[in-house]
Amino acid sequence: MTQMKERLVQLEVLRYNPDTDTEAHFQRYEVTCYEEWVVLDALNKVKADIDPTLNFRWSCHMAVCGSCGMMINGEPKLSCHTFLRDYEGVIRVEPLAHFPIERDLVTAPDDFMEKLKRVKPYIIAKEKKPISEGEYKQTPAQLMKFRQYSMCINCMLCYAACPEYGLSPSFIGPAALTMAHRYNQDSRDGGRMERQEVVATHEGVWECTFVGACSEACPAHVDPASALQQMKITSSIDWIVEHLIPGGKK
Amino acid sequence: MRAAIALAETDPNLRIALISKVYPMRSHTCAAEGGAAGVIKPDDSFDLHFDDTVGGGDWLSDQDCVEYFVHEAPKELLQLEHWGCPWNREADGSVAVRPFGGMKKKRTWFAADKSGFHILHTLFQTSLQFPSITRYDEYYALDLLVDDGRCQGVTAMEMRSGQLRQFHAKAVIIAGGGAGRMFPFSTNGAIKTGDGMALAYRAGAPLKDMEFVQYHPTGLPNTGSLLTEACRGEGGILVNKNGRRFLQDYGMGPETPVGKPQLKTMELGPRDRVSQSIWHEIQKGNAVSTQWGDCVLLDMRHLGEKTINERLPLVRELCASYLQVDIVKDPVPIRPVVHYMMGGISTNTKAATPLPGLFAAGECACVSLNGANRLGSNSLIELLVFGRRAALSAIEHIQGLPAANTAALNARAEETQKRIGELFSRTDGTESMSGLRKEMMDTMEKNVGIYRTEEGLQEGVSKIHELRQRYRRVILTDKTSVFNTDLFQALELGSMLDCAEAVTVGALARKESRGSHQRLDYVERDDKKFLCHTMVHHQGLDVPRVDYLDVVITKSPPGVRDYSGDHK
Repeated sequence: MTQMKERLVQLEVLRYNPDTDTEAHFQRYEVTCYEEWVVLDALNKVKADIDPTLNFRWSCHMAVCGSCGMMINGEPKLSCHTFLRDYEGVIRVEPLAHFPIERDLVTAPDDFMEKLKRVKPYIIAKEKKPISEGEYKQTPAQLMKFRQYSMCINCMLCYAACPEYGLSPSFIGPAALTMAHRYNQDSRDGGRMERQEVVATHEGVWECTFVGACSEACPAHVDPASALQQMKITSSIDWIVEHLIPGGKK
Repeated sequence: MRAAIALAETDPNLRIALISKVYPMRSHTCAAEGGAAGVIKPDDSFDLHFDDTVGGGDWLSDQDCVEYFVHEAPKELLQLEHWGCPWNREADGSVAVRPFGGMKKKRTWFAADKSGFHILHTLFQTSLQFPSITRYDEYYALDLLVDDGRCQGVTAMEMRSGQLRQFHAKAVIIAGGGAGRMFPFSTNGAIKTGDGMALAYRAGAPLKDMEFVQYHPTGLPNTGSLLTEACRGEGGILVNKNGRRFLQDYGMGPETPVGKPQLKTMELGPRDRVSQSIWHEIQKGNAVSTQWGDCVLLDMRHLGEKTINERLPLVRELCASYLQVDIVKDPVPIRPVVHYMMGGISTNTKAATPLPGLFAAGECACVSLNGANRLGSNSLIELLVFGRRAALSAIEHIQGLPAANTAALNARAEETQKRIGELFSRTDGTESMSGLRKEMMDTMEKNVGIYRTEEGLQEGVSKIHELRQRYRRVILTDKTSVFNTDLFQALELGSMLDCAEAVTVGALARKESRGSHQRLDYVERDDKKFLCHTMVHHQGLDVPRVDYLDVVITKSPPGVRDYSGDHK
């Protein structure tokens, strides 16, 4: 354990209030923090002691609710899991890239929410059975096929990191596609062909150029890039079955 | 969300508004780690789950409610399984269960140490398939619309625009969570400010048993982050500075072999007893002193890296990032931390409040399942069982209701508009929001902690009352309309002060020690006077009125809570 040390931290925070500002600008704050703190702690101290008009989202302070994504020195991060000890000098804090700003560090996630819904992220049962017949059996090996992909906290850091999403906003994007893959891989699910209508398109997996920035940014180690890569492979197999194998389904 | 899905499934013609001050997947359910209890294995029974819950709650649970709950629990967990929740599995593909504090059998369903997270996301994602559910994300609920003696809707502010909206409804279900943020050291997320409780309380529904505040034994000493009870369920031990497993000195011994946890004794005692033992150990001078205050140690080293990574990955990660301790190599200092409110909006077994048309479920409600102390892994399942029950009750309630008097509801909404307008236009305010909030937190920690006294509680009651008066003079710095968190934090402070007053007033009136409510001046449980629920009624700016409601006892008369294992 480190000993608690005080430190004067300089933050440069992007400010924008549509009520009063015509454009965004940076504001500098100096605040005394403890070395063990995270960037979110510093922002909270600014809000409580220096400037109550600064706005940002946060809740759990343990990297699981997904509220506090922002750009920190240009990288998408959860501010509750970004440690002051890893930074020197002025820390620049901006809203998540690729999303419209509502105010200050608060962005509008509408586009992501809509895309998540489009991929049908729920069980479309292979065989429906009543609750009274008990659970669907699923071996630990079957669980491991999709568990990693079910860990997505919807923080949208992967969208902020994804160069494709920046260029083509119609791209469904890493987290939503990964969620489609999560359900496709679930032994209880039979909805893959339904999801393919959204997933296997040029707004879907084929838009991804496999840069891998999403997996680097992911704070939950979901590895969306691997999900997308696996989906491309299964989509290709679908195409081969459909077009090249005599008697393949139409 | 469980209620919304039940409504949509039961009657697709209903129009359902799901209103939340955060996007639904941000709700604090996501932070629950351990799991959810439900009888499923052949060596277990409903009666055993009933006995553990009633005894764990120190006989303050309503037994008709517990009976209903234990029977519904496995059905709800199976429903979640059918909806795709990634429960851990046995080798044969059946659902796996783990041991938990205060439970006589292994009956906690779990998804690694992210059980609440998976339940929340499963519900949210499942809800997306129902076109009759319209979400209003980031709408802050302001007031219930009550007319003709029944609840007929709610007013809310769209946070993005600052616009006030009215929702006229035949029934309202509140699932607003707890109020742990009234304390400075808490596992609770920033959003847990008791808004749902305060909403109902101000509209005339009483709050029940608010003095029962659960301290979780194992919080990280600096951030208050929760280390799940599964740490101990998997075999972690608690030791003092001398390496002694001190729980054996507080009626939870004799010592069990290290790494072989035995159900319902030692480290698997109930949360209230374990937290209280840590408090005593600190008083005795047996604590490990750290820069964040006195702690004891949670030692998981003997579990080995493999088990830790498989069963407790989040715990390892939390300790490493926030405290720079690797639990594979070192014990981690912990101290008890405010975790859960047993009390809440008074509801009956049908999840109905005394205010017709108003229903509540989850931590914001007090259906009297948890009594004076909740057992770990009973809350995730509580919100499922009673979320569904609230939906069914709401459907019963709306049959044949007369049409709403729209003019009367509009008039109520105008009162809300005036209240918010006054807060905005106030120029003579003298109180800062963060200053008042700090005073409230300090008061709650100092006077309404794990152990309480008459003198401390008197001071707490008068201080919180004073803060509520001063709150009328709170001044906003930010007077703009878009995503104004200065405004929302001020409103949340108002909610917390209402809840804090109910906690302190209830604690002062309860002159006994039961479960999580421990008085140094009344150390015994007093079933003659206090085998009853505290009901706190809002009285505007005056001190609230307190009366009592009998506990429902069906088959288990109050007895002795025995956590000494099988050794007698």
